[in-house]
Amino acid sequence: MDSELILKGVYFRYDSQWCLEGIDFELKKGEIVGIIGPNGSGKSTLLKIMDGLLRIEKGEILLLNRPLSRYTRSDIARQIAMVPQESTFRFAFSVFEVVLMGRFPHLGLFPFEGKEDQEIARQCMQLTGTLDLAGRSIHELSGGEKQRVLTARALAQKAQIILLDEPTSFLDIRHRVEIFELISTLSRTQGLSVIVVSHDISLAAQYCQRMLLLNKGSVYKIGEPAEVITADTISTVYQCPVFVDENPISKTPRVTVLSRRGEGRHLHKPERT
Amino acid sequence: MRDNENQTRPPLRARRPAEQGEAAWGKSGQGITPLRVIYTGLILSGILLIIILISLSLGPAKISVKDVVTWVTGHRSVDQTAWMILFRIRLPRILLAGLVGFTLSLGGVVFQALLRNPLAEPFILGVSSGAAVGAITGIVFGLGFNLGVPLLSFLGALLTISLVMGISSRHGGLESSTLLLTGVIVNAFFTAVIMFFIATTSDSRLHSILFWLYGDLSQSRYVHLSIGLPPILIVSAIIYFFSRHLNLIVGGEDSALQMGVQVELLKWILFLGVSLMTGMVVSFSGIIGFVGLIVPHLMRMFLGPDHRLLIPASALGGAIFLIAADTLARMILSPSELPVGVITAFLGAPFFIYLLKQRGSQWTQS
Repeated sequence: MDSELILKGVYFRYDSQWCLEGIDFELKKGEIVGIIGPNGSGKSTLLKIMDGLLRIEKGEILLLNRPLSRYTRSDIARQIAMVPQESTFRFAFSVFEVVLMGRFPHLGLFPFEGKEDQEIARQCMQLTGTLDLAGRSIHELSGGEKQRVLTARALAQKAQIILLDEPTSFLDIRHRVEIFELISTLSRTQGLSVIVVSHDISLAAQYCQRMLLLNKGSVYKIGEPAEVITADTISTVYQCPVFVDENPISKTPRVTVLSRRGEGRHLHKPERT
Repeated sequence: MRDNENQTRPPLRARRPAEQGEAAWGKSGQGITPLRVIYTGLILSGILLIIILISLSLGPAKISVKDVVTWVTGHRSVDQTAWMILFRIRLPRILLAGLVGFTLSLGGVVFQALLRNPLAEPFILGVSSGAAVGAITGIVFGLGFNLGVPLLSFLGALLTISLVMGISSRHGGLESSTLLLTGVIVNAFFTAVIMFFIATTSDSRLHSILFWLYGDLSQSRYVHLSIGLPPILIVSAIIYFFSRHLNLIVGGEDSALQMGVQVELLKWILFLGVSLMTGMVVSFSGIIGFVGLIVPHLMRMFLGPDHRLLIPASALGGAIFLIAADTLARMILSPSELPVGVITAFLGAPFFIYLLKQRGSQWTQS
C-alpha cells in the first residue's frame, strides 16, 4: 500500500452548519497535492483535520492504514508536520534554535536535544538552504527566509507528510517560486508527500501532481491540474469570471482573471461624457 | 612512504575549510546543553551568595563581610549582639527578599511566554494587586497567616489573571495595548479596594498602607520562608519541566499544538501555579512591581530566549536583584528605610517606558 493518508466520507462542523461534508481523499506516497478553493471553503479546516487537530463528526481518517484517532499527538507529529502561514516569534530565537524545536516530538522526558538532534537539524537546514542563517535571529529574516526556516523545522520533525497552509501568501513572486521549488525538490529527493493550500492557482498547477478544488465544504473536483482547472470550474466555484489557457512553457493550466471593468469599459464611456 | 603521505594529504586539505566553517557556525548558533544550564546556574548562585554576604554586612550596625564569613564558617567566636542582628533581623529579610524576587521574576517569564508578550508581568497585569486584595480580605475576616491569608491571596491572583485574559482576549489574540490597558484599569480598581479596606478597618495587622501599595520586606520572618518555600519550589519545578513547551508556545500556539503541546491545559496549569506563587509572596511582602519585567528582559539579552536556560537564570537573577534592591532600600536613607517597592518602581517604570518605545511597534502588531 502506498497510500499515506486516506479520508473516507469525512464530516466536520464547528457549530450547527457543516463545515466539511463528505470529503473523500487519498494522499499517495511522494506526491504533491494542491488544495484550492475560495475563502471560507474549508481549506484550512481540512488541513487541520488531516493533522488530527480537529475531531471529525462522521467518517474515517487513516494514517498509514491505522485510524488517526488511535495515534497520540506526538505520534502524529512524527508522521505529519505543518508549516504555518506565518509565524510570529515574539522573542529573538536564533534560526538554529527554531529548527531544533522541530525535534520536540522525538524527545523524551529529558528536555535537551542531543548530538543526533543537532545533526538532523543541520541536515534539514542544508536541505532548505538555511544553514548560512543558523546564528541569525528569526526577527531579522525576510518573509521568504522565514518560510524556509519553518519548512526546515517541519523537516526536522522527520515526518513523511508535510502540510503547508498558504505558505506563499505574504511573499513576492520570486520567493513564491522558491518555496514551490523547495517543496518539489524535497518531495523528489526525500520522498515526502506534500499537501499545499494555495491561492496562487496557476503557480500551484505547475508543481502539483494533483489538485483538489474545494467548494463550500465539499470536493468540487479532484484530479490532475488540467482536469480540475478549467474556466468552467474556476468561474463557478470562485464566482469570478476567468479565462484559462495553457502555460506555453510548463504546459500546465494558467488562470487569467477577467477584470469586469476592462470587459465593460466601452459601456461606461457614454455615461462619463 | 611518500605514496602514503600523498594519499592522506588530500582529505586533510579538504577537511580544513569545512572545520573552519564548523567553528564559525558553532559560534553563531548553538543549542542549549545541560552543561550550559548548570554553568549559568552555578555562576548566578555564586553571585547570589556574594550579594547575600554583602547585604548581611550592611546596616546601621557596622559588621564587615570578613566578620560575617569567619562567623558563618565557625572560625571565630561570635559576638552575641551582632549574631542577633545578623540572624534574627538581617538574614530572614534577605532570604525572603531572595524568595520574593525569585518568584516574581519567574512569574514574569511565564506570563511573557504564555501571553506571548514581553511586557506581561504580575504587577503590570494587576495580578499582584489582586493578590493583595485577597490577602487583605483574609486579614479582615480574621483568617490565619499560615493558610487562610495566602490562600485568599492566591484566589485573588487567579481571579485577576482570568479577568485580564477574559477581557483582553475577547477580540481574538492578546494584543499588547489591550492587555496593558486592562492591567492598568484592574490595578486602579484594586488599589481603590485596598484603600477602602484600610480606611474602614482598624485591624492592627493592616499595619501600614505603604506595605500593601509599595511592597516592604521589613516584616520578614523565618516563618514566611517555611510557609512559602515548599510550594514555590514545587511550582518552580513544574514550570521548569514545561520550559521546552513554553519555547514552542512562543513560536505560535498552532505550531505548539501541532507538535504535541496541550496548550490550553498547560496554560491553566501554569497560570494556577504562578498565581499560587505570586499570591503567596504578595501576602508576605505586599506589592513589589517590575521585578518580573526587568530581570527576565536582561537575562534574555545576555542568554537568549530559550526557556530551559531563561527560567533558572531569571529566577536566580530575580533573587539577586531584589536582595540588592532591598539592601539599597535599607541603606539609602539610613537609619530610616524605604519600602523596596519604591526602588523597583524607580528602576522599573523608566525601563518599561524604554521597552515600550524601543520595541513597541514590533510587539504591538499581532
